[in-house]
This record gives sequence, C-alpha cells and structure tokens, in this order.
Amino acid sequence: MRVIIIGCGRVGAATAVALDKRGDHVTVIDIDEHAFARLPTDYSGVTIRGNGTDEDVLRSAEAEMADIVMALTEGDNRNAMAAQLAKHVFGVPRVIAKINDPLRASAYRTLGLETICRTNILSEALATAAAEGAAATNGMVEEPTAEPMRGVPPAGSRAEAVAEAAVAEDEGTAEPGTAERAAEALATDPGEEG
Amino acid sequence: MYVVVIGGGNVGFYLTRELLQAGHEVVMIEKNASRARQIADELGSIVVPNDGCEGRYQEMAGMGRADVVAAVTGDDEDNLVACQVAKMHFNVPRAIARVNNPKNEALFRQLAIDDTVSPTRTILGVIEHEIPMHDLLHLAELEGGGLEIVEAQITADSPVVGRELRDIPLPDGTSVAVILRGSRAVPARPETRLTDGDRMLAITSADGEPELRRLLIGD
Repeated sequence: MRVIIIGCGRVGAATAVALDKRGDHVTVIDIDEHAFARLPTDYSGVTIRGNGTDEDVLRSAEAEMADIVMALTEGDNRNAMAAQLAKHVFGVPRVIAKINDPLRASAYRTLGLETICRTNILSEALATAAAEGAAATNGMVEEPTAEPMRGVPPAGSRAEAVAEAAVAEDEGTAEPGTAERAAEALATDPGEEG
Repeated sequence: MYVVVIGGGNVGFYLTRELLQAGHEVVMIEKNASRARQIADELGSIVVPNDGCEGRYQEMAGMGRADVVAAVTGDDEDNLVACQVAKMHFNVPRAIARVNNPKNEALFRQLAIDDTVSPTRTILGVIEHEIPMHDLLHLAELEGGGLEIVEAQITADSPVVGRELRDIPLPDGTSVAVILRGSRAVPARPETRLTDGDRMLAITSADGEPELRRLLIGD
C-alpha cells in the first residue's frame, strides 16, 4: 500500500514508522526539515520538505498513485484542505484528516472525508477510564507498570486509610486482608462524585 | 447588501471600509483580539474578535442572513474552510475566497466556492503583459469551471498570421471572442484577417487549450 502522511509531528512520525515497519510504501511531508528528526534511522520511507496543501508538493510525492493520504498537521484547516486536495485533484481513494474541533470534524464527514478527532477520542477514553477503570478503554488509558515510590500519604487522604490499615495489620490490631480490601475499595470506588 | 468579511489584514480592513462607505452593512470576523480592537476603534463596533472558521462566531456575525461572505485572510486553507462552513451551515448565496496560490483556484471552484480572487494571478498577468509572450495568457476562469478566457499574441511568425478566422480549424468547444488591435476591439467575424501585433481573446476548455496553442503560436 502507498501511503502519504502530511505532517511529521509526534502522531505523523509514529504512524509513518508503524506503516513502514509493516512494509507499506510511506512518504512523509513536512514544511520543517527538523521535523524529520522524529523518524528513526531505520525508517526506510521517503521524506519530502514542503507544504502539504500545495498541489505541486503533493504531485512530487506522487499523490496520484497513493492508496491513502493522511493529513496530520497541527492545523485543522490545513488538514481539511490537504485532504480535499488529495481527494478531488489527485483522486486518492481514501483520505483521513485529523480535525480536533468536533463540530468541524462532523461537517467534513458530510463532505466525504474520514476524520479523526483527538478531542473526541481522549474525552471518551477518559470518561470510560473514570467510570469503569483503565482496562475498559482497550489500551487507550494504560495502567501503571510499577508501584509508586513509597511516601507518606497526605493526612485525611483516601490513600492514608490504606496505609493505616497496613500498619494495623502488621501490628496485629487488624484482621489480615484489611489493607487489601481498603486498597481494592480505593481502586474501584468511584468516589464522592461517582 | 449584508456582507461578512473574514480576516482583518490589510485586504480585509480596506475592503470593509470601502463597503461601509458605499453604504453596505458589514460585519468583520478577526481572530487576533488586539487587531480586532484596533479595527473597531477605526470603523466602529462591527468586529467579532474570534475565529471566522467556527460556526458559532459566524452565527454571531449574522451569517444566516448574509448575502455575501468574503474570506480574505492570508492563508488559503483558512479562506477555504471559512467559506465551506458558511455555505454548509448558513447557506450563504455567494462565497468569495482570496487565493494566494493560483493553483488552488480550480480546487476552490470545485468545492463550491462561488468566486476566487488571486492577487498572485493578477500580478502575474500584468508582468506577462509587459514581456514578449510565446504562450497563451490565462485571463480568467469562467464560473462552473472547465472554461477559461485566454489571450494569444499573434506575431509575424505565428502560423495563423495573415489568415482569415474562417480558415482556422479551431478545436471543439473553442470560440474566438474578439481581436484587440492597438486600442481597438475588432469583432471576430469569419472574414476577420489576423495581423502581426493582434491579440486574440478566446474562450476554450482545458481539453482544447493545447490544440489552440499549437494552432496560434506553433510548436
């Protein structure tokens, strides 16, 4: 598959690397040469310095041969225009535009663009994580991979109750398992707001 | 007429001032708050100090009852999106976009922008008038797309010099509008004979253009 990625920011670079590793033919366009420093040395695709909303630049990227164009710059309007240029002038079968304003994103879907909206993705993932835990977000919110460094929990905090239960257990003034239950309650209880 | 101007740069500022002086009702949307304040100081409280590409600020500017929207910022992508939002959400009858990269004009027309104005193309046209031409000069694209008005300079070594229009096998869909001879406009009649120094204005399509160039200017 031939892929053109416009915008070599964090998202563009990571997408380019993932597709390159999969064996796709990847071309990345960015207006700033320094942005290509985000690509690792073993990236085997093409890089083009230029403005992705410029027809001539897209032509030099062989947009007419592309299977998919993704517009992933930091500007919603730039992405909307680059995507429409790819679709209407070069006849690219699939175009995806990153449009972070949810209203604008839904408007452009009615004009035949696929859109990805960071605002919607993040807010949905965070709302799910808050209500059902990180595991329910399908990897979008990730759980910690190590215990936090030990410190004294602030007085009156919910974490202090767990620490006190652990001390009481050690001293034999509480049943074994009290601290574990307190920790579980802390992890699953959605709190006063929930 | 009720006009919404998007972008308060020099073009937007003078456009708004001229429209107001001509008696039109105008509201401007300008993103930069201090620039918006400066313009409001000079022209009155007709400035919405926000992003003209967003529907809610267009609504605030009364886009729903606008006759014309003119998007004249320095960025083609902003002008495109502002016009598309105005068309999609508010059904504005006429959307005009300033286009900096002349190659974007065709795309904008295709995306239902009613009129495009390219200062780049205008200046290019002026410069090309000053130097000898060996090519067709693009004067304007016609509404609806597909057709354009071109100008060809007829020189002594042009293949059609000295011939009558009826003897020139024009490509399908191409029509000669008028011949400019000195400061006179000569009607394009079948018996009109082309002479050195004539400028021919013709209407042609993208398909007919290469053949027209070959006929008038040679290979």
